[in-house]
Amino acid sequence: MKSKTADRIATGVFVAIAIIIVSILVGLFSYILVNGFKYISWDFLTTPSSNIRAGGGIRDQLFNSFYILLLTMIIAVPLGVGGGIYMAEYAKPGKLTDTIRSCIEVLASLPSIVIGMFGLLVFVNVTGWGYTILGGALALTVFNLPVIVRVSEDSIRTVPRDLKEASLALGITHWHTIKTVLLPSAFPSILTGIILAAGRVFGEAAALLFTAGLSTPRLDYANWNPFSEQSPLNIFRPAETLAVHIWSVNTQGLIPDVEAVSNGSAAVLVISVLLFNLLARWIGSIITKKITATK
Amino acid sequence: MSTPTLTRQVFDIMDLNLWYGDHHALKNINFPINKKEVTAIIGPSGCGKSTFIKTLNLMINMVPKVKMTGEINFNEKNILDEKIDLVELRKNVGMVFQKGNPFPQSIYDNVAYGPRVHGITKKKHLDELVIKALMDVALWEEVKDRLTAPALGLSGGQQQRLCIARALATKPDVLLMDEPTSALDPISTLKIEELILELKEKYTIVIVTHNMQQASRVSDKTAFFLMGELIELDSTSTIFSNPKDSRTEGYITGRFG
Repeated sequence: MKSKTADRIATGVFVAIAIIIVSILVGLFSYILVNGFKYISWDFLTTPSSNIRAGGGIRDQLFNSFYILLLTMIIAVPLGVGGGIYMAEYAKPGKLTDTIRSCIEVLASLPSIVIGMFGLLVFVNVTGWGYTILGGALALTVFNLPVIVRVSEDSIRTVPRDLKEASLALGITHWHTIKTVLLPSAFPSILTGIILAAGRVFGEAAALLFTAGLSTPRLDYANWNPFSEQSPLNIFRPAETLAVHIWSVNTQGLIPDVEAVSNGSAAVLVISVLLFNLLARWIGSIITKKITATK
Repeated sequence: MSTPTLTRQVFDIMDLNLWYGDHHALKNINFPINKKEVTAIIGPSGCGKSTFIKTLNLMINMVPKVKMTGEINFNEKNILDEKIDLVELRKNVGMVFQKGNPFPQSIYDNVAYGPRVHGITKKKHLDELVIKALMDVALWEEVKDRLTAPALGLSGGQQQRLCIARALATKPDVLLMDEPTSALDPISTLKIEELILELKEKYTIVIVTHNMQQASRVSDKTAFFLMGELIELDSTSTIFSNPKDSRTEGYITGRFG
């Protein structure tokens, strides 16, 4: 009877914890959406922001956020997955590997503002680029690389050893086994890790304050020449992202409609992250189905 | 040197010693393996039988800190020689594991996996190989209508036969089986055993088993391992009816192990 009671209490406690987590999430989401949704309009999304007058939009900030995200992922994903493969498959157990692992863990726990200051030093000053999209993307790479390495390593390690043995026993080389057996099996969990990392990148402000800057030049979306000052594709221009914009209008905004802009931006940010996650999961499940032949 | 086709022996193991770190796991093994025979390896847990079979295709190299001395001659070439081509060796010495371990891919892709990587790309040629391998393991009739279905949807026994087909598709000379039926029900086990008797016509088979009835049913030669030593190697009928060593007799009559 006693252990039955304990079992019931344990069940109750865990259900309660689950309810708390879900209600925090739902509460937060609905708060942001309820307060912000009414400000979102086609106009809000497609007009540039204003420094003084009311009625500014977030066109450039939204574009910048996605562009920096894309650039960061282009740099961080190959490096991170490569690092994960090395750690899982090539690194021999020993002092060196332990040191590398500690470095990755320390890097993963660095506060983002510290990475921002590091970025200011290296990607802004030493390189002489000034505030740039590339600098921001590199700072965010530093910020995300450890997470992706860790996730990739863990995902590859959890692939059953049987499969690796089966492939090697067929006379398949180590690299080919990694490519055709280990990576496809690890793909769903690597993808989940990358989505989480992408969410962090999208919402990150502190690491970008001093690397990508607080301003965006006047952009001409018809100009696709990546070397032109006005081109949105230019990676050597400063760029204020959505998250940074929310921070800056709230702390130093001179516009009369601060609340509207920041609430609207917050809602757009949350919706974007949500859409991004759903999309990535959807694409991921299609790819998984294709490689595993499940229907 | 005579050409390998003229000799009866596929493998000739001489003075093989193996250590896991400090643990001496195989001691002075001398073990000839004849062509197109089924050799069964029996012995209690931890006697080194699985270790031994894994030396034959050098899968043992996956274990860290393994050291080996002696010779393992495969077709008169010592595979413990540094220059050995692992890919070539494992193409010729296929392996089937304790638990069926098909890749999470379609049935067809599982069988075609080895040949594809080894350079066969023509659809027609691949189709032939896959069909033949599946027929060899008596799985063709059961799966011919769902070759693109996931292999993990097959039953345990079918998965194990698929894994045998996958190993056969690279056209090996030798098939190593490490307790291939230990995870299967009696009917699936029986099917695998029948299969072994058929495959014997074309392949040399080495099978590790903890099931002595199985060894007596399928094998021509039986080897008894104990504490890392090869105690006795003889024809299966001799081992089970008239063993020379008292330890072998003790084991097969169930007095220990």
